[in-house]
Amino acid sequence: MKVKSIIAAAVACVLAMGISGCGNENSAEDDDRLKGTIVITGSTSVEDILTDMMDEFEALYPSVSIEYTGSGSSAGIKDTKAGVNNIGASSREIKEEEKDEKLKEEVFAYDGIAAIVNPANEIQDITLQQLADIYSGKITNWSEIGGKDETIFVVSREESSGTRSAFEELTGLPDAGGLTSKAAVAEGNGPVQASVAGNKNAIGYVSFAYIDESVKALKLDGAEPTPEASKTGEYKLSRPFVFVYYEDKATEAGLAFLEFAVSEDGQYCVEDNHGITVD
Amino acid sequence: MDNNMGHNEVKPDSVNETDISIQYMKRNVKRDITEKIVETIFLLCALVGVLSVTAIIFFVFYKGIRPFTGEDAYSIKDFLTGTKWAPSENIYGIFYMITASVLSTAGAILVGVPIGVLTAVFISEIAPEGLVKIVKPAIEILAGIPSVLYGAFGLGVVVPLIMKITPEVQGQSLLAVIIVLSIMILPTIVSLSESSIRAVPKKYREASLGLGASKIQTIFQVVLPAAKSGILSATVLGIGRAIGETMAVMMIAGNPTAGMPESIWSMVRPLTTNIAMEMSYASGRQSEMLFATGVVLFIFIMLVNITLIKLTSKAGEK
Repeated sequence: MKVKSIIAAAVACVLAMGISGCGNENSAEDDDRLKGTIVITGSTSVEDILTDMMDEFEALYPSVSIEYTGSGSSAGIKDTKAGVNNIGASSREIKEEEKDEKLKEEVFAYDGIAAIVNPANEIQDITLQQLADIYSGKITNWSEIGGKDETIFVVSREESSGTRSAFEELTGLPDAGGLTSKAAVAEGNGPVQASVAGNKNAIGYVSFAYIDESVKALKLDGAEPTPEASKTGEYKLSRPFVFVYYEDKATEAGLAFLEFAVSEDGQYCVEDNHGITVD
Repeated sequence: MDNNMGHNEVKPDSVNETDISIQYMKRNVKRDITEKIVETIFLLCALVGVLSVTAIIFFVFYKGIRPFTGEDAYSIKDFLTGTKWAPSENIYGIFYMITASVLSTAGAILVGVPIGVLTAVFISEIAPEGLVKIVKPAIEILAGIPSVLYGAFGLGVVVPLIMKITPEVQGQSLLAVIIVLSIMILPTIVSLSESSIRAVPKKYREASLGLGASKIQTIFQVVLPAAKSGILSATVLGIGRAIGETMAVMMIAGNPTAGMPESIWSMVRPLTTNIAMEMSYASGRQSEMLFATGVVLFIFIMLVNITLIKLTSKAGEK
């Protein structure tokens, strides 16, 4: 009873405040048949987009409530396979060993990762190969790729960060020998950005959303780090945001949410949060 | 008559006595029950602490010992002597983290304890009252600052300063950790040292001054030796605080995935940081290894506490 009334109050609040980060002109009809709780766990990188989608969906279907816990992509996929959530969220492609026959995937957005350096650095352009060499420790001086004669300060993320695994996979770092022991490990996009902003010889990588004037995002193989270039595949450091689910365990409401995520309204939420839409 | 009188007198008396004794008994029963209830409440309160500690120890050790037992067990020797942490390659070595924790704690004690003790001496022996009113609250506020703010201060001020003088390319370093930890343990050192210095009897000072010693001589030759055990306890508590600090350290240590610290300019990855960085994401073997890291940390903390108990009991014997 208590929980229900809290949920009802929360939904009422959302409705009353008119929180609609993304337009919902098209499907204003209220479907009373959908009810229940959808449990989503997984990637923390998808949080902004997902929270917007959840608000929007709950506004459309007041008897549905969605609970999201950010626990990391690997944990989200594992939760789905263990049956403890309805939908798992991942900010990387699903690995071969994680797949099984019944596990379904739905890409609902793309995200770009930008290689960033200090604004004082004269380097403008970098290649995937150079990134792999820098992060594996083969290249240690900026002069080797056309910069000043200074040692490179490499900043990476903690093991099992979604951004890190996407970055390492996309640059082919494991084949290049793995992360150098000379690299600093920062916990989160924010600390990486702060470390790079505070050190003129640093290089790091962050989600597109974390690019600002305190750091300089590098062109990759000549492609600008923009959503457009990521969508066309011209910019190589981009990754998909994926929902994973079992059709029988997702529940009716969950399936409706999955449909909503790739609908026009859902994609507005992606765009609003600087994500890259599917289409 | 006499008999009657006696009877009459005795009767009401005896009635009264039994009445009173019954009343007493009633009151005692009531009081006993209340006593029992209150005692039980006290006991339960005490048990909360004891049970928590037992549960934490059991949980951490149970999880932390698992990777070293059964099939596919990881070698304890590799774990304790390895200098590379790469969960994706199934390599878990924490020797360089143990070294980092020990070095940063030792450094913080080396810098923080002298500063803290001299501050305590200043507050309790030398400073005029007006100045004490400024210095003491300042130190106390230091104790209340959340450690994430120490980290932010470290990253925003200490790391850039180190960057100006370091031969390395980055400012995140053992030195940065030592500086921030030294500041963080100051309140502990100062407040405990101060109270033990204040507890030194006035006549010690009077005797020393009377023999012609100067104020400074008195402080170093009489007051500080007399307050020794309190200062030692303060130091041990400082060690506990420094070795267990996580958030602030995580932001300024650099946390490399491998490699022994070679100098104070090197980046380090203390035990606490290792656990905090990965625990929220980790699962399976990696998570168990983080608990194993916790076990090592726990053993360090227990050593610190045992030392503290030994020290304080010695001080009590005096």
